[in-house]
Amino acid sequence: MTKQTTEKEWPLWEVFIRSKAGLDHKHCGSVHASDAEIALESARDVYTRRSEGISIWVVPSNAITASKPEDKESLFEPADDKIYRHPTFYDIPKGAGKM
Amino acid sequence: MTELNKVNALVQYAAQIGDNGLIIGHRMSEWCFRAPSIEMEMALMNCALDLIGQARELYTYAGEAGGEGKKEDDFAYLRDEQDFRNLLLAEVPNGDWGDTIVRLFFMSAYNKLFFTELAKSTDAELAAIGAKSLKEVTYHLRFSSEWLIRLGDGTEESHRRAQKSIDDLWAYTGELFTMTDAENLLLEDGISVDVTALKADWDELVSQILDQATLSVPTNNWAQSGSKSDGRHTEYFGYIITDMQYLQRRYPGCEW
Amino acid sequence: MYGDTSIQKPIKIAEPTSAEQAKLEEIFQQKIDDDIKIEPQEWMPAAYRKTLVRQMSQHAHSEVIGMQPEGNWLTRAPSLRRKVILLAKIQDEGGHGLYIYSAAETLGTSRAEMIEQLQSGKAKYSSIFNYPALTWADMGTIGWLVDGAAITNQVALSRGSYGPYSRAMIRICKEESFHQRQGYELLLTLSKGTKEQKEMLQESVNRFWWPSLMMFGPNDANSPHSAQSMKWKIKKKSNDQLRQEFIDATVPQAEFLGITLPDPDLKWNEERGHYDYGAIDWEEFGNVINGNGPCNKQRIANHIKAHEDGAWVREAAAAYAEKQQKKQVA
Repeated sequence: MTKQTTEKEWPLWEVFIRSKAGLDHKHCGSVHASDAEIALESARDVYTRRSEGISIWVVPSNAITASKPEDKESLFEPADDKIYRHPTFYDIPKGAGKM
Repeated sequence: MTELNKVNALVQYAAQIGDNGLIIGHRMSEWCFRAPSIEMEMALMNCALDLIGQARELYTYAGEAGGEGKKEDDFAYLRDEQDFRNLLLAEVPNGDWGDTIVRLFFMSAYNKLFFTELAKSTDAELAAIGAKSLKEVTYHLRFSSEWLIRLGDGTEESHRRAQKSIDDLWAYTGELFTMTDAENLLLEDGISVDVTALKADWDELVSQILDQATLSVPTNNWAQSGSKSDGRHTEYFGYIITDMQYLQRRYPGCEW
Repeated sequence: MYGDTSIQKPIKIAEPTSAEQAKLEEIFQQKIDDDIKIEPQEWMPAAYRKTLVRQMSQHAHSEVIGMQPEGNWLTRAPSLRRKVILLAKIQDEGGHGLYIYSAAETLGTSRAEMIEQLQSGKAKYSSIFNYPALTWADMGTIGWLVDGAAITNQVALSRGSYGPYSRAMIRICKEESFHQRQGYELLLTLSKGTKEQKEMLQESVNRFWWPSLMMFGPNDANSPHSAQSMKWKIKKKSNDQLRQEFIDATVPQAEFLGITLPDPDLKWNEERGHYDYGAIDWEEFGNVINGNGPCNKQRIANHIKAHEDGAWVREAAAAYAEKQQKKQVA
């Protein structure tokens, strides 16, 4: 067949973009690139064609550690009943002023 | 031939810088669906859009400066081959990825120096175009330099190919630093850029990247020229114009 | 224990027993019914994964192969304005292909595998791109009809159940809204032009009308996977529903252009509140999908050539990266 069968595919990089100053970088997709510089340029050429960004992060996909979906209950549900962490839990009389 | 004055020299000058953008942009657009990866295709098309965009602004300004009501498309579609004064480097065929990268690299290194100076032109419009274009070509230089380094310092095959591209295209780089009569005339008023003065910096920039790419600078400096000064093109050029102008020529005076 | 979880490879879990399997499927279907998006690492039926990969790779291939008919006119665009519009539009298609490949890769199929399937003919792409772009008017017609049909489809897909696909579709729909408009504007210009331009317009629409209707796929009665895909909310509307929506939206636009659509049976049905239309030539559709269209061979040959011509470049970059890594370690 063609050369492609023996060729090792370029690694995958996850792309995160800050859309404007003051906002967090947000995941928006991925690119294949041989190295970080090419990944950065590709991310720029692919994901910021309509002025979507002012800053880009690229991260090798295999460098990301993710939580497992089946751990969802044990990881996240314990937070659900800690309602005293939210400001609305507390009744403060109006007279006390803005708090 | 009409005698050169400051008006038609300015028209010629703006159009000629525009010609470089249009022709190299046109060449890059020929890569559509032919690049080594989609990511790289996107990159080339971004470059093409920048370069054709520059041409549009420059043609529009040339039309205004001429005072004859010419529009951007009059320059692109209704001039004959010999009226185009782009650099030969802009029009030679794309070749392989190496040839395309080397051409873009030589051209972008030149453009970066050139637009830096044009941004200081006493002509406010040219200065503004220069400043805007500078940002675009700075990215083109970065993109092409990074690729040249990877080709030069990649595999044996890529090194051999990249060196051949450099050797093949080298003869077209001499023309970058030649002055036309129009440029000399406009230089008196600080409108045009003295491109002869860019050569030393260009050599420095090029040898620095070639060095990083483990490639060597050719030693034969015999230069091809004739397009920028007299509209004497390569044989390839006629086909570009034939393609580009076909509809405008076949159906004259239509809106599209 | 979470260090082994990558975001791109599906987690290997032990084969569930049939009872467990049934339970998992029930939970899965409940999520779908509750409109909770499915995300890459979550358990999903193997058939759901397979259907998605097939549909997404087809979709991505369509975007990428779709660059060819339009790319055919890039160097001949009749004004600089049209030239940059066309270039930007084709570039978007490459971008959209990439967004979808990227989303499909979250299901554990690499882009290299998908591309190999495209080149070997195992994976399909939209039949429409096997028709040639022969005149400048085709650049308008493709935007108006082909992108119009695609958008009708994609708006529905953006509400689909798989998170990465749905997000990619939202982005794509946002970007594509200019595609149909630029095409229609191009055709409007022709419609106001010379006799020759008007003829060019009509001739182009004549060629593209029926193939555009075929883009929605076989009639519902002959679309075997549709019911399951609808249940999984991979598809939100049936082929015939979408086709009808497209026709209803398009007929008035054709009237505004002052052209006719090449279907003598096309007429408003007051009772249904829709346009009736004539029979689609499914034999042609089947042939074009299966390799016998006017451009199938050319499209794939071009794709293979670009891929092979670029191999030394991709290898060079990989070799460079490896050298740099070694230097860093040393």
